[in-house]
Amino acid sequence: MATEILMPALSPTMEEGTLAKWLVKEGDTVSSGDIMAEIETDKATMEFEAVDEGIIGKILIAEGTEGVKVNTAIAVLLEEGEDASAVPTSAPVEAPAPSESPVEVAGGEIPWPLKPAEVAIAATLEPDWPEGTAMKQQTVREALRDGMAEEMRRDDTVFLMGEEVAEYQGAYKISQGMLDEFGDKRVIDTPITEHGFAGIGVGAAFGGLRPIVEFMTFNFAMQAIDHIINSAAKTLYMSGGQMGAPMVFRGPNGAAARVGAQHSQDYAAWYMQVPGLKVVMPYSASDAKGLMKTAIRDDNPVIFLENEILYGKTFDVPDLEDYTVPFGKARIWREGTDVTIVSFGIGMTYALEAADKLAEDGISAEVIDLRTLRPMDTASIINSVMKTNRCVTVEEGWPQGSVGSYISSVIMQEAFDYLDAPVITCTGKDVPMPYAANLEKHALITTDEVVAAVKQVTYR
Amino acid sequence: MAARKATSKPAAAKPNVSAEELTAYYKDMLLIRRFEEKAGQLYGMGLIGGFCHLYIGQEAVVVGLEAAAKEGDKRITSYRDHGHMLACGMDPNGVMAELTGREGGYSKGKGGSMHMFSKEKHFYGGHGIVAAQVPLGAGLAFADKYKGNDNVTFTYFGDGAANQGQVYEAYNMAELWNLPCVFVIENNQYAMGTSTKRSTHSPSYWERGAAYGIKGEEVDGMDVLAVKAAGEKAVEVCRAGKGPYILEIKTYRYRGHSMSDPAKYRTREEVQKMRDERDPIEAVRSMLLTGKHATEDDLKAIDKEIKEVVNASAEFAKESPEPALDELWTDIYA
Ligand SMILES: Cc1ncc(C[n+]2csc(CCOP(=O)(O)OP(=O)(O)O)c2C)c(N)n1
Ligand SMILES: [Mg+2]
Repeated sequence: MATEILMPALSPTMEEGTLAKWLVKEGDTVSSGDIMAEIETDKATMEFEAVDEGIIGKILIAEGTEGVKVNTAIAVLLEEGEDASAVPTSAPVEAPAPSESPVEVAGGEIPWPLKPAEVAIAATLEPDWPEGTAMKQQTVREALRDGMAEEMRRDDTVFLMGEEVAEYQGAYKISQGMLDEFGDKRVIDTPITEHGFAGIGVGAAFGGLRPIVEFMTFNFAMQAIDHIINSAAKTLYMSGGQMGAPMVFRGPNGAAARVGAQHSQDYAAWYMQVPGLKVVMPYSASDAKGLMKTAIRDDNPVIFLENEILYGKTFDVPDLEDYTVPFGKARIWREGTDVTIVSFGIGMTYALEAADKLAEDGISAEVIDLRTLRPMDTASIINSVMKTNRCVTVEEGWPQGSVGSYISSVIMQEAFDYLDAPVITCTGKDVPMPYAANLEKHALITTDEVVAAVKQVTYR
Repeated sequence: MAARKATSKPAAAKPNVSAEELTAYYKDMLLIRRFEEKAGQLYGMGLIGGFCHLYIGQEAVVVGLEAAAKEGDKRITSYRDHGHMLACGMDPNGVMAELTGREGGYSKGKGGSMHMFSKEKHFYGGHGIVAAQVPLGAGLAFADKYKGNDNVTFTYFGDGAANQGQVYEAYNMAELWNLPCVFVIENNQYAMGTSTKRSTHSPSYWERGAAYGIKGEEVDGMDVLAVKAAGEKAVEVCRAGKGPYILEIKTYRYRGHSMSDPAKYRTREEVQKMRDERDPIEAVRSMLLTGKHATEDDLKAIDKEIKEVVNASAEFAKESPEPALDELWTDIYA
């Protein structure tokens, strides 16, 4: 029986891809394991192997076609003895037009920061670059790499080490091209020995270098937690200020997509607790780049929490030779009067979506992106709450000891009289991350939950 | 010096293997291969999500070692675990349904490809953190020794995992306390995109045990009979209270590290050469045929039978419902 060969999903996040090249033609016999085509995913070019034996009856999608959705029929496989008349007569599937919108955000567009003209009061509304700066579109992935590369050009004590950062170009392709540019002295592949290489990184920092240590994901940094806390964070203090660890620990943090309990934890609240560390968790590409450059220049150990889902998102980034974003300065993405929504990192996706939905119901939400968790710009939160009298925090991590619970304690201590409702902390559910698609969706924070929380604090 | 070099003879030189045994290994290995191919296909269709690490090429390792195990023995491994589960007798339906994240899966859909367990089959996971299973395996062996039985634990890990510090902490204590643990290094030559040459200048992993006084040997992992013979020896040492024991099994993974690995770090020819010249299933197949233990038709019948089992598991995995939403909140505390 003739079977359709479908466009495969070749990564956890792939929804469509480019059929770069056919390596078989109609009439060719294939057997299991033969490479039939090359397919470009969001991350890499992959070889697509045959699973079944048969003869290529018809090629439905021509090579070079972009934006082919996963599960689209791309060819028809015949069994021995069948002829091409067994091919379903349906016309070849039209290749979908390449999508125009750069990155989809579930439920709507993210507004670019309020224009300077609309800026009312707080300094936190101003962008971190001069007025009139030209902007370009970049993914968070590219912005992170550019931030690192620019600092490596500027300072030859900066180097990058980690698993698969060099020859493989980064497990998540953050360090793409860096080995070529900087060579293997400065872009260094390590064995899988997190505790060991984190310790070597801290030692190198004591010795006068500025290491960037990549963890393939922050889940694996738990192997190295002793060096991060006991060696990197505490040494400056223990040495009476004589020596410290000017370095960056970075990598993706939090849930990706269906990678289960051991690969899906948000560590924001953990690291935020530690004196001696600085903790950064950007949302946009411009912040990812500007904060990365600040992190590398900082004389302290910086925990830089990225997010796999954000890597592929596109934002405007200032087209400047050099700009940095300071630590401890939040950014107001949206001004509002009825409630303050505070978030950071991927939590901003839900915060901004919720603000859009709330606007439809006539509720005006002010949305604050903390950008750095330590130092934390609590002054901007307090300012905002004094205006709105209500606050909801949004994060993916667990509820007990969350970032939000710290924020709510600060608000209670510093702006108690201004509150018209208790602060609500929206968090991930208090469970390890389940694998099943439906359960994972429920374990994560959702936009609807943020909307419901705002309605609760605004008594609507 | 406790460690010594292996002398695993080529499989053909082992006369005392029965036709039934050979046929059983053939079936077990073929089941793993076909199951993994099917899993790859379901991943491509979006029915399996996240990470999915296939075991294709390495089948002789688990099948050979399971042949040396007895009831009560335990096993623990990494995320590359589908083969281990099938080889120890876990139900393909339950494994495949876990891959699709359904109620009928071994962890009710909550674990996924990397995290499955079976108390009944003494399979202790399914671990996502590279090398974390190594001290855990030593701990399982500790429990058996403590209880005074003669069970052995097979603790599987990769060549990449073998560079983690906790492996050596576990080695030291395992030898200090003579734990009945077979440390199985599945050396498939790569840790993701990093070849062993690029991760260590001490490439003979089994010899590292000598520093702790642990015996061991290197084994040809593409030869199921050699693996079985080495497994029997290791198990005997452990049951006699003289464990642990290290087996470094030289094997090869045909597919990418996980489904999203473009595998640019090795040539297509290198993979093809392994497939053509060293395939563990083909080796047994030709032994069966040349030894006149089976006819082409017999083998075709087996192929068909396996295909049916695998297709049935895929059907089961598609049909099984998603877990009830209440499951989100269960199993957090005992
Ligand atoms: C502590 C830790 N670091 C990194 C990873 C990411 N990672 C998953 S598998 C893998 C390679 C492991 O290679 P190896 O031990 O040889 O096993 P194989 O995959 O070849 O079976 C890496 C780096 C991880 N899961 N855990
Ligand atoms: Mg390996």
